[in-house]
Amino acid sequence: MTAGDRSSAFAGIACVAMVLAVAPWTGLVYPFFIMQAMCFAIFASAFNLLAGFGGLLPFGQAMFLGTGGYVCAHVAKMWGLPPEAAILLGVAAAAALGAASGAIAIRRQGIYFSMTTLALAQMVYFFYLQAPFTRGEDGIQSVPRGMLLGLLDLRSDTTLYYVVLAIFVFALLAVHRIVHSPFGAVLRAIRENEPRAMSLGYRPDDHKLIVFILSAALCGLAGAIKAIVSQNATLTDVHWSMSGEVILMALLGGMGTMLGPVLGAFMLVAMQQYLAQFGQWVTVLHGIIFMICVLVFRRGIVGEIAWRLKRAL
Amino acid sequence: MQALYGQLLLGLINGAFYALLSLGLAVIFGMLNVVNFAHGAFYMMGAFGAWFLLDRFGIGYWGALVLAPVALALVGMAFERTLLRLLAGLDHLYGMLLTFGFALALQGLFQISFGSAGIPYPVPEALQGGRNLGFMFLPNYRAWVILFSLIVCLLTWFAIERTRLGAYLRAATENPALLKAFGVNVRLMVTLTYGFGVGLAALAGVLAAPISQVRPLMGADFIIVVFAVVVIGGMGSIMGSVVTGFLLGVVEGLTKYFYPEASSTVIFVVMVLVLALRPNGFFGKAAR
Repeated sequence: MTAGDRSSAFAGIACVAMVLAVAPWTGLVYPFFIMQAMCFAIFASAFNLLAGFGGLLPFGQAMFLGTGGYVCAHVAKMWGLPPEAAILLGVAAAAALGAASGAIAIRRQGIYFSMTTLALAQMVYFFYLQAPFTRGEDGIQSVPRGMLLGLLDLRSDTTLYYVVLAIFVFALLAVHRIVHSPFGAVLRAIRENEPRAMSLGYRPDDHKLIVFILSAALCGLAGAIKAIVSQNATLTDVHWSMSGEVILMALLGGMGTMLGPVLGAFMLVAMQQYLAQFGQWVTVLHGIIFMICVLVFRRGIVGEIAWRLKRAL
Repeated sequence: MQALYGQLLLGLINGAFYALLSLGLAVIFGMLNVVNFAHGAFYMMGAFGAWFLLDRFGIGYWGALVLAPVALALVGMAFERTLLRLLAGLDHLYGMLLTFGFALALQGLFQISFGSAGIPYPVPEALQGGRNLGFMFLPNYRAWVILFSLIVCLLTWFAIERTRLGAYLRAATENPALLKAFGVNVRLMVTLTYGFGVGLAALAGVLAAPISQVRPLMGADFIIVVFAVVVIGGMGSIMGSVVTGFLLGVVEGLTKYFYPEASSTVIFVVMVLVLALRPNGFFGKAAR
């Protein structure tokens, strides 16, 4: 990967940020919809950090999304803490869960890793189903948005929009930074040839665990902001189908690309929004898109474009 | 005491299903290196197949026990031949994702057609009622499920470990290229193996129809527990998956009696402990 590649992905992030900055003023799209999509885009990018760049395909990222959401919602609502504290605690809780589950999951590779993360996530799902603070099937409702840092009133939809946009850009830059750091280079080396990386003196397990925790923390960030934006936290975000959906987002957009998961997330959220009246047909459509992507379109949309342009996006 | 025996029995029955399903997963994985995510969907379709045969054609339980698995094995083989085959030689994760998408589409279609509520399926006449064992009451159908699945598991083990065909199968798992050089049609064996694994899942579905209601999502959550069972047992061994399946069913049943709050998570907790102590599972070979 060359310096030129690095800057083209960077320019891509800047373009996306600019488009999203003016999007609400065009009146074409509903700002709430874009905020939701940005949350899922962070989620998909966090998944991609682990799966696309780390080479470990997790099937349980919903546990971190849900943990970030539940902790943030609980702290904001029951403890009455300001949103920045609620979000940070949500991220910290997801990172802690990431450290615990990652230490177990990275002991296995390939499909065993995927199955282990799926099983761990299901365990977490049952925990949230039974824990009293999540209110089971009802979820935590009417989460207050509050004042960010005592300055920005998030009850204003415009302010909230730009705060979410700023966090979204921050998250993408963080992923970009991690991937293009020396740590990211070692991670790629481990993905390509683990014994070789080990013989060079790197500890694969340490690197895998760190990237697992980073991904978990970013998933938690997505969940925490999602709880503030939608003002609730429910079991949907912890369910295994959410873990599957995020795979589809990254796969459709392009795994291992910087912008692919963002595009995939926007497409899937749009699909849910506009096809909501078709009910279960959306699930069927998801399944079919999944199969088409895996069979004939493994690079994904952005990956395909990047491959044609011979650039990393 | 009655309650304890009752839970143990339920545990054994769940264990029977775990064993049948994880056995099918292990057989498919051994040959194709694919984690068959569609296994839960085939299990569900087995139960629906039994209901469909009774509802439309008046074919009862015993007919369904043969027809549904055979029909679904054919569906599975068609799926393997047309789609799954295209992924041969790629990263094994793609096979898992393809079967996941397939399962999503199938479950969605069944939900659209039949709704999410359960459809009851009658216990066959010959197996109605039960017997008093002195210390507990044993419904005949439940005894049949345990006994029958045990026999199926043992027959599968015998076929794979002790027959000529099984030897080919194990050889194809170890070194398909060499077996091809000996003139064995490995491609056909792969297809048949997938069909067999799917048939086992469908058979479990037919067995489950009279116990649990026939629902489009009956396999979706169940299969995740089976994955945990597979991680615990390791997919390397046939006997391993059978023993682990029954054992974990019993563990789950005991938990339901002694500490019911943890009954839905106990298998996952066992998985965490096993992974911490023996990363390759109880019967697993070294990770690939």
